Amino acid sequence: MFDAATWIMLGEGLLDTIYMTLASTAMAYLLGLPLGLLLVITEKDSILPLPVFNRVLGVIINLLRSIPFLILLVWVMPVTRAIVGTTIGSSATVVPLVIAAAPFIARMVESSIKEVDPGVIEAAQSMGATNAQIVWKVLLPEAKPSLIVGAAISVTTILGYSAMAGFVGGGGLGDIAIRFGYYRYEDEIMLITVIILVLLVQVMQEVGMRIASSSDRRKN
Amino acid sequence: MQAQPIISIQNLSKTFHTKTSEVHALRNINLDILPGQIFGIIGMSGAGKSTLVRCMNFLEKPTVGTVLFDGVDLGAMNAQALNEARRSMGMIFQQFNLLMQRTALQNICFPMEIAGVKKEDAIARAKELLEIVDLADRADAYPSQLSGGQKQRVAIARALATNPKVLLCDEATSALDPKTTRSILTLLRDINRRLGITVIIITHEMSVIEEICTHVAIIADSQIAESGTVQEIFTRPKTAAAQKLVFHRAGEVQRNVGSNALRIVFDGTASSEPVIAGMVLEFKAPVNIMFADTRDIDGKAFGQMVLQMPEDPTVAEKMKYYLTTRGLTVEEVQFNV
Ligand SMILES: Nc1ncnc2c1ncn2[C@@H]1O[C@H](COP(=O)(O)OP(=O)(O)OP(=O)(O)O)[C@@H](O)[C@H]1O
Ligand SMILES: [Mg+2]
Repeated sequence: MFDAATWIMLGEGLLDTIYMTLASTAMAYLLGLPLGLLLVITEKDSILPLPVFNRVLGVIINLLRSIPFLILLVWVMPVTRAIVGTTIGSSATVVPLVIAAAPFIARMVESSIKEVDPGVIEAAQSMGATNAQIVWKVLLPEAKPSLIVGAAISVTTILGYSAMAGFVGGGGLGDIAIRFGYYRYEDEIMLITVIILVLLVQVMQEVGMRIASSSDRRKN
Repeated sequence: MQAQPIISIQNLSKTFHTKTSEVHALRNINLDILPGQIFGIIGMSGAGKSTLVRCMNFLEKPTVGTVLFDGVDLGAMNAQALNEARRSMGMIFQQFNLLMQRTALQNICFPMEIAGVKKEDAIARAKELLEIVDLADRADAYPSQLSGGQKQRVAIARALATNPKVLLCDEATSALDPKTTRSILTLLRDINRRLGITVIIITHEMSVIEEICTHVAIIADSQIAESGTVQEIFTRPKTAAAQKLVFHRAGEVQRNVGSNALRIVFDGTASSEPVIAGMVLEFKAPVNIMFADTRDIDGKAFGQMVLQMPEDPTVAEKMKYYLTTRGLTVEEVQFNV
């Protein structure tokens, strides 16, 4: 169907996509996880009530989330150039991906942490736990299965965004689909990249859900 | 001389401010709990019981007043000192509040981890505690694999892990069936006797108080209506709130009780049947038992009975005298329920 060069290109595209997705997810979690935690613990009745900070943080996160990804891609180009040195290719795409995904992840983390029973937090407080101990020994471990589900959803969402970045020369499978499939009407290449993307999403989602459910002690 | 209270609450009030209103959850509470007591706090839903017990370890900061733990003012402590103090006060809850992602053993290790106990020592102590609560064989079970009663046992073991002086129990048996309730209460009494831990029990059920408490405070409408030994309150409830709780089961007969009815209180000096039977035999006159609720509390016969006395006033009077001489508290029924 395709020649060897095309297959190699597709293989490289796949690796690029995986790289972009995983690198962005990891970095976005570095930002999103603490932000999500802060959103929960600075609430009025939580362990570190800071209502004003909480409101401001919430608004900033909502603002970032409401910017369409393609517009964000263009807007952050100067930032990308400053950090990566270029605005083309997979490494350059990581920057807007992180900026777009971090607030999304913050909200995912927030909703996972909120599932932890307040009674358990109260029990930890009654034992003289500090806030740091509550975060590390109660909130994160108790929310772990839900956090993993969130990570599976985040990683697949970021994968979708990374494909979108192909429109502005972002590299990876999305880039190939645009360049060959869209601009040069090579439908087969378009189709095969879409199939690979679909499989990738399936695998990532499935693996995430399995890890989550095997780590969850609430049901078994 | 009396021992120094382990918990002393002085002029405590707590007001919650909500968007629309102020809730006076507690008003001017004064309460001394002495070491070794099993102290019950009973009241209707919303009376302020949970708020009061949460003030005892400062999970809730009082709006006014002081809480002394072992003579030291909790309100004057910094965060670190308060956390230290909290380690001397175990707490258990209606919903158990176990960590769902940890096994029974790991749950019991949790407070020791927080306190910085070495891991091996913590595990050894946790195993010891599992023995005490009779769950040695379920060490590796997760809470989702345990029954309600077993979960509460794990919670009790966890609360005891840091060798507390006091165990605070907020409705610890309210989610359990009567049989499991009894076994948990028995365990709490054991802990009180064997380890000398002061136990504070919040409940809305008089039966829990009767079963194990030595002392009781009745909280109604955000205030302490009455407090004292269980025996005192049970035999001579002075306030309407106390009478309502003590007589809540007797309340149903009041409509049918005629003018010549007597309430007899058994306070452990006599047992019920022989006295009544003896009286009926002696006077050859029948009495009608309108209501009886007697039981064994703390090894003594305890409870109350409402008798419809014979029409003949002289016989009734003699019967009353007979009962009084047998050491029973007898009074004309006046239900102000
Ligand atoms: N955080 C809070 N904010 C506002 N009001 C509160 C708060 N906590 C308790 N209250 C109010 O204080 C009063 C006493 O509540 P508390 O929980 O102490 O009652 P309780 O005696 O434990 O009742 P129950 O038997 O139902 O548990 C109630 O009217 C309750 O609505
Ligand atoms: Mg309550």
